[in-house]
Amino acid sequence: MAKQITLENVNAYYGGFRAIADISTTIQPKSITAFIGPSGCGKSTALRTINRMHEVIPGARVEGSIRLDDDDVYASGVDPVDVRRNVGMVFQRPNPFPTMSIYENVVAGLRLNGVKRRPALDEKVERSLRGANLWNEVKDRLDKPGAGLSGGQQQRLCIARAIAVEPQVLLMDEPCSALDPISTLAIEDLMMELKDQYTIVIVTHNMQQAARVSDRTGFFSIEKTGEPGRLVEIDDTPKIFSNPREKRTEDYITGRFG
Amino acid sequence: MPTPTITTTTTTTTMTTTAQRRGDRVFSGLATGAGVLILVVLAGVAIFLVTESLPVIGAESSELPGDRTFLASLGPLVFGTLLAATIALALATPLSLAIALFISHYADRRIARTLGYLVDLLAAIPSVVYGLWGVSVLAPFLQPSFVWLEEHLGFIPLFAGPASSTGRTVLTAGIVLAVMVLPIMTAINREVFLQVPTLHEEAALALGATRWEMIRMSVFPYGRSGIVSGAMLGLGRALGETLAVLLVLSQTGAVTFNLISRDNPSTIAANIAADFPESTGVEINALIATGLVLFVITFAVNFLARAVLARRAGFDGAAG
Repeated sequence: MAKQITLENVNAYYGGFRAIADISTTIQPKSITAFIGPSGCGKSTALRTINRMHEVIPGARVEGSIRLDDDDVYASGVDPVDVRRNVGMVFQRPNPFPTMSIYENVVAGLRLNGVKRRPALDEKVERSLRGANLWNEVKDRLDKPGAGLSGGQQQRLCIARAIAVEPQVLLMDEPCSALDPISTLAIEDLMMELKDQYTIVIVTHNMQQAARVSDRTGFFSIEKTGEPGRLVEIDDTPKIFSNPREKRTEDYITGRFG
Repeated sequence: MPTPTITTTTTTTTMTTTAQRRGDRVFSGLATGAGVLILVVLAGVAIFLVTESLPVIGAESSELPGDRTFLASLGPLVFGTLLAATIALALATPLSLAIALFISHYADRRIARTLGYLVDLLAAIPSVVYGLWGVSVLAPFLQPSFVWLEEHLGFIPLFAGPASSTGRTVLTAGIVLAVMVLPIMTAINREVFLQVPTLHEEAALALGATRWEMIRMSVFPYGRSGIVSGAMLGLGRALGETLAVLLVLSQTGAVTFNLISRDNPSTIAANIAADFPESTGVEINALIATGLVLFVITFAVNFLARAVLARRAGFDGAAG
C-alpha cells in the first residue's frame, strides 16, 4: 500500500516565477521524510507537486516527473483527481468541513469514491478515528459538528479523514504549526504509528520536530529572493543534524542563518 | 447605548489626547444616530400603515373596492403577490447561483470581471423600462411558447390554458421579476463564493474532489447563509415590485395556478398603483391596509429565513 516516491528534475512555477528548481530525490515507503528550510524556500511547493495540488493555483504549473512506485503522476492522461484520491494531505491549519459532522468529515473521501453502504462506512469511521487517536474522545458525539472540536482534535480529525481512504502516501504541510505543544506531541506520536503503513512526507519549520519524528531530512534553501528554491541536501536525519555535508545546512540547523 | 463606553474610555485611558476622544465621541454619536434613525423610519412607516388601515375595520363592504369585504379582496391579492414572487425566485435562484459560480470559480479572470460588470448593470435599469420591455418585447415573444405549453403540457394544471393571446400572463410577469432580482442575488452569491477560504476548498480538492464536488462540499455550505440572504433580498424586491408588474400583467384578480391564461391574479403593489387614482374615502384606507399586509409578509419571510438558518447554527460554514 505505501509507495515509493521518486522526484526527477521537478520544477514548479507560479506564472513566470520559478518557485523550485531541479528537485530530484527518492522517498522510501513506510518512512517519514521531513522537508525543512527557511520561509519561501519552496518546501511546501515541493510537497504540493506530489499530489498535483500545486496546479490548483491559477497560472501554476509543474515540469519534470514524479512517480509513485512506477506510475508517473504527471503522465499525460492522468487525472489529478485520481492522484489526489491516492495521496492524502493534511494542511497547516486544521480544515474540517465546517458544515459536516465528525462522522461526515471522516467519510467525505469515501463518499467521493462511491462508498455508500452504512455498515462499511461505520467500520471505516471507527478504524480511521482509532488510527488518528481520536476515537475515545469523540465516539459519543459523532453527529456533532467537526468544527466544534479543539484545534488539536480538529487536526487529528483531518488526519482521520485523510487516512480513511487508505492512501498510498500521506503529505503533511506544517501540520502542527497552529497547535499547542500537547496537541503537537499527540500528532507526532500518531505519525510514528502511521509510518508502519504509509509513506509520510512532512514540511516543518520546527527543526526539533524534524529531528524527533523523521527518518530522513531534506534541507531546502534559496540563494536570494527571486531565485528558485533548491533541495540543498537530503540524508538520514541523524546525519543531517550532526554532520551535514553542506555548510549551508549546518548554518541553518545551528541557527546561524534563516 | 454607547454612553457608558465613552465614560470608561475617558476615565481609564490617559494616553489618548482630547482631540481623539472628541473624535470618538462624534463618531459614536453619528453611528448611534444612524442606528436610531432606522428605527424611527421603520416605526414611522408602521404607525402610518396601521393608523390608516384602522378605518377598514367595521367598514361596510359597499364602501370598499369591488363591493366586497376587505378579506375577500385581500385573499386573491396575497395569492397573486406570492405566486409572482415565487415564480421569480424559482427562476432567479438557480440562474444567479450558476452565474455567480461561473464568475467566481470557472471563468477566466477577464471574462469574469466583464460578466460581473454586466450583471451589475442590469440593476441600473429602471423598473419602468423593465415593464415596457416586458409588455412590448417579452410578452409577444413568449406568447407562441404559451400556446405550445398548452398543447403539449396542458395536462399539468400550471399550463392548462387557454393560452393568453397577448402573452401578458403571470408567468411573463414572473420572468420579468426574475430578471430584475437577478443582479442583487448574483452579486451577493458571487461575493460569498469569492470569500470561501482557500483552505476549505483545498480540503475537498486534496481528498480527490472534482471541481463540482468541491463546490458542493466547500463552496455551497460556506455560502449558504449568504445565498439565503440574497434570495431574501430578491424576494423582498419581487414582492414589492410595482411598476413592472403593473405594465406587464393583465390583472383580473383571479385565484388560479394556471400560469399562461388570460385570467391572472393581481399583486398587492400593482393593485395599489392601479386603483389608487380612482379611489376615495375608505377605499384608500383599504388599499393602504393591503400595503400593511405586504409589509408583514415581507417581514415574516425574512424572519422565517433567519430562523431556518439559526436552527443549524452550530454547522454554519461561515462561522468555522
